[in-house]
Order: sequence, then C-alpha cells, then structure tokens
Amino acid sequence: MRRSATLPATSLKFLWWLLIFSPLVLSLIAALFIASILLLTLNANPIEAFSSMLEGAFGTENATAETFVKAIPILLVAIGICIAFRGGVVNIGGEGQMIVGAIAGTAVALSLSQTSGGLIIIASLGTGFLAGALYGGLAGYLKSQFGVNEILSTIMLNQIAVQLMNFLLNGPLLDPAVAGSNNIPKTARIVEAAELPRLSINLFGSAAIFDRTRLHYGLVLALILALIFFVLLWHTVLGYRIRAVGQNERAARYAGINVKRQMILSMFLAGGCAGIAGIVQVLGLQYRLQTDGSPTGFTGNAGFNGIVAALFGGLNPLGAIPASAFFGGLIVGAQKMQRDLGIPASLITATNGLIVIFVVSSQIFAKRLARYQITLSEPPEVEAGRLATPTPKGEVL
Amino acid sequence: MEQVFTASVFAATIRLATPYIFAGLGETFGQRSGVLNLGVEGIMLMGAFFGYYAILVTDSLLLGLLSAILIGLLLGLATAFVSVTLKADQGISGIGFVLFGMGISELLFQKLVGTPRSIDGFSPIYITGLSDIQFLSIGQIFFSHNLLIYVAFALVPISSYVLNHTSLGLMIRAVGQNPEAADAMGVNVARVRYMTVTFGGAMSGLAGASLSIALLQVFQQNLTSGIGFIAVALVYFGGWRPYGLLAGALLFSFVNALQLQISTIGLNIPSEFAVMAPYVITIIALVFASKRTEKPTALTKPFERGE
Repeated sequence: MRRSATLPATSLKFLWWLLIFSPLVLSLIAALFIASILLLTLNANPIEAFSSMLEGAFGTENATAETFVKAIPILLVAIGICIAFRGGVVNIGGEGQMIVGAIAGTAVALSLSQTSGGLIIIASLGTGFLAGALYGGLAGYLKSQFGVNEILSTIMLNQIAVQLMNFLLNGPLLDPAVAGSNNIPKTARIVEAAELPRLSINLFGSAAIFDRTRLHYGLVLALILALIFFVLLWHTVLGYRIRAVGQNERAARYAGINVKRQMILSMFLAGGCAGIAGIVQVLGLQYRLQTDGSPTGFTGNAGFNGIVAALFGGLNPLGAIPASAFFGGLIVGAQKMQRDLGIPASLITATNGLIVIFVVSSQIFAKRLARYQITLSEPPEVEAGRLATPTPKGEVL
Repeated sequence: MEQVFTASVFAATIRLATPYIFAGLGETFGQRSGVLNLGVEGIMLMGAFFGYYAILVTDSLLLGLLSAILIGLLLGLATAFVSVTLKADQGISGIGFVLFGMGISELLFQKLVGTPRSIDGFSPIYITGLSDIQFLSIGQIFFSHNLLIYVAFALVPISSYVLNHTSLGLMIRAVGQNPEAADAMGVNVARVRYMTVTFGGAMSGLAGASLSIALLQVFQQNLTSGIGFIAVALVYFGGWRPYGLLAGALLFSFVNALQLQISTIGLNIPSEFAVMAPYVITIIALVFASKRTEKPTALTKPFERGE
C-alpha cells in the first residue's frame, strides 16, 4: 500500500522537474534549429558542423580539458549572476568585474613575489574578490540610493574597466621587459610559486587523466564556490532574504527586510565571483595580465557567457556547473568548426543570444504551466497526503 | 587651446551625434510607451552590416538605406513580440538581442565580405551660399554634411511634436504612464507598444547604417562598440524628451570629437582616459536622471490586464 502510494509521488516529482526544465531544453533545441538554418544558408551541413563542434569540444583528452578551462571563468561569473538575478538585480557587469578583479589581484601577486606561494595565491584571490565585489557593489549602491538602472551602469562600468586596464598595461603595470617594444601590452609574469597548480585526476589508481593539459585547480575552486553559494542561497537566512527581495520587493520590505542593503549585497557577491574569475585566469592560465586591447581581449567574453550559463542553469549555482561546461564546449568546439568548415566561430555568439532570448521568453510558459499544475494537482495532492513533495512553486522564475 | 577647439571639432560633433540621435529617438518612443529595448546595440550592428552589404553589392544608396531600416524593423518586431506578447524580462532579453546581432553581423561579414572594404556611401552635400559662409566657420560646421545628418537633426523637432502635440503621442505617453487607465479608455496597449518598439527597431537599423554607410563608409566587427548602449542611456539622460536627447547626443559627440582631436595633435593626456570620459559622464548623468518626473512609470513593466 505504502509502496504503491510512493510510486506516483516520485513519478509526479520527476514529471515536475521535466516540466520545469523543458523550457530550457526547448530553448536550446529552438536555438540550435535556427543555427542550423543559418548554417544551411551558408552552404554548410549542420550535422557536419555540430559533429565537428562535438569532436572539438570533447573528442580528445586535451579537447575536454580545454573545454573545462574555458568553463572555469564562465562558471565563476555564472555563480555570481545566479545570486544577482535571484536578488532581483540584473548584473551585466561580469566583464568589468572580471577585469578589475584581475588587475587588483595581479598587482598584489606581483608586489608579494618575495613571500611564499600559498600566501600570494590566497592574498591575490582575496583581493580579486574584493575588487570585483566593490566594483559590482558600486552599481548596487547607485541603484539602491539613486535608482540608477543597474543594467546601464554595469555596461558603462565594463567599458571603464577596459580602458583602465589598457591604461595600466601601457603604463604603471607594463612589464619592464617589453617596455618600448611593439609587443602586446602585458604585466610582468607572476612568480612560479603563485601559479595555481595544474590539475590531473587519478581515478581508481588508473593512469592520470588531464596530466598534460592546461586544466588547473581553478576548476576545483569554481566547483567549491558553486556549492558554497548554493548553500548560501537556499539554506541560510541571508540567501532567503536575497531571494525574497528578488521575488517580491514590496513584500520583502513589508516583512522587514532592508531591501537596499540586500541589493547592494547581491551585487557585491556577484561582482566578487566575477572578480575571482578574473584573477583565476591570471593565476591559473595566463600567469600575467595581458590583452589585445579589444574589450574582450582579456575576458574572452566570459562575463557575458556567464549570464547565458546562469540562465541556462536555472539560476542555480549547481545547475550552472553543467551549463558552463556546455558553453565552454561550444566555444572550444566552434574553433574546430571554424578550422574544419570555415564557419566563423561568431555563430556561437549569435546562438548564445538566441538561447538567452528563448529562455527568458519561455518563462511565461513555465509560469502558466506552474499555475495550471497547481490547479490540476490539487485533488491528488490531498489524496497522496504528505507523501507528495510540496510543489516548489516559488522556485519557478 | 585654440588647436583643440577648432571648427573641424565642432563639425565632427555634429556628424558624430547622428547615430545617437537616430537610435535615441527611436528608443525614446519605446520607453515612453513603457518598453525598455536594450537590444539597440545589436540591431544597430545588423543595420550597419545590411546597409553596408547592400551598397557593396548593388551600389545603390537607397537599397542600402532600405535594407538597414527593414532589418531593424524586423528585429524591432521580434523585440516587441518577446517583451510585449511573451512579457519576457526586457533587460535580459535585450542582452540576448545584442549577442544575436553581434554574432550574426560578424558571421555574415566574415563569410560574405572578409576584409573591410570601403564603399561609396553618402557624401557631403554642397549647399550654394550656405556651405561657403566663412563667418565663424558656420559653413564648415553646419553645412558640410551628408543627407542623413540633416535628416537626423530634423527628426528631433518632429518627434517632439508628435510626442507632445498629437493624439498618437498622447496615446504613447498614456500607455507608458498608466497602462490600466489607457486600457480602460479603449487604447490597445499592446498595439501601441508594438508600434513604438518596431519603430525604435527601424530607427536603430538606420542609426547603424548612418555609421557604416555615411560616417565611416566601412563595416568591421563590432563597429558600433557600445554606441547603442549609450543611446539607451541618453534617453534617460535627456529625461525622455527628444530635445533632451539631442543635448545629450551633442555633449557625447563633442567629447568624442575632442578625444579624436587630442590624439591627433598629441596632447599629453592618456587616450584611455579620453575614451573613458563619456562612460563616466553617462553614469553621473544617470544619477541625476533618476530624479526626473518624466520617467514613464510603467517602464519595463509588462501590462497584465486585470480581468
């Protein structure tokens, strides 16, 4: 009797999750469909293009490692975006926050070069977080105190950060070794001890995987942060407050929550995560801050791709993990597609845009579905008693 | 200092204001009706590419102009569908449109054109009598421009008149200020918003074309480099009024022109700070813009008819 009552409950739960995530899946399918049409108009075979991408992203050990390398900054930014969007602030400033975090963190790493490696890493990660957090917090402050639209202010702050970086790399932070030459502007190299170690995985005593790739411990850091911020958002009072403001600002205010403070805090934490993304690029991959002078020269567009990954991960830091791996794979795979078929990798930028549009557009269906589900499932819920999981209607965006 | 504030700087100020004016005016209508279209940057890039490519292939200025407006119109329609019918978050979906426009314009450019090739776009019109005025270089500053620039400036008073003195303008403002009341008065809120956002899209396409086929006569990857976002911010800056927008656009293009002049004559100011200045000014301007009373109360809020 008990067993038969549990079964429909679990299958109902499964159905529920399927329904929640189906808009995401459908968005992806729709975006890939449009990408296929584009490929066809460019005289390319979509199946060939996608399989070339898949091979480029996961075909070899090195390809998989590169996918994860690209996924690291995307995931770190995405974690922050989850916090901000859940808190009702639209943070488009991932790019700028990454840059500011990288600048401050690199400066600290370079000036501490005489001390031990562990200390340098901790100090520059901390500084990177703080710098990004303050930069993001500034936008939060302007929104809460002066009603400045945070989307516009963060976009402006992105451009300001790029110019600041270009200025510092051409002057105060320029590597003395390349000064006066026509090389790419860059800082001096950080000391070897301050590098994040390369990551190789030994599963069940087998030969090491990824031991000859560029994969580094930034991945572990990103995964730990995803877990920490998941717990923070859903299992602490602080996270509850942040989400309350995001869901209904007025209700949160009536409940006695300091809405302005929560907004600044959401942006502070979001900026901090992006700041870590920036400094991790330096400590784990490039070992110096360098750029080709273009706005995305340093970040590789991770500040924007993080938004896409966060949305695709259901605005949940844990969901952002597979989403980031997916978008990292898209970027790496697109490079192979460009080599194999001559299709410019900018196809991925366009596809990402479509995914964003479709995901936010499909939320109306998710909302309607949720309402429909609640009315529909009311009688069986009473029947199944406490066995049925409470419908997570608050979790639907 | 005389070297800095030359007549050519003022002439450049007028020229460079054009894309801001086109995009900003379109956006003003959209925002006045309660819809924030953040995708302007992406639509501008698409308009810039399609206008450029049409001229490259057909050598027809008219076709270039029309294709830029058409692609803008279509993307505006898509924006309206997403934010009015599907009631999606306007900020985030706008970023989606920016990424889309950025990716597609770059993709098509690389695939169809390859390396930047310049085109014979709009050239300056010589106006007998006016273009030769030497007094205060008036001829050079005001009458040395191409057709699109005059069109942009002419659209400012027209837009202001339409918004403030016609029933259409009243309808747009009502929908942005109090959609429930407008709906009760029998105004079709969705239709008005579709109209303004689609119009805004067409204007963004035109703005992009003004860059690629009139100002620069070339297309390259990410040609607009943030102009679309600044145009959106200028609407706030201008207090949602066309003349305010014009003032903001001129201030901006003046700073841009100065920056070009400074790097030309080699003044000892780091060029990065000159490039940074407009963005800092925008943020400061946004702080003051928030106190404006003209801000449409229903901005970014989808209209739900209470039944």
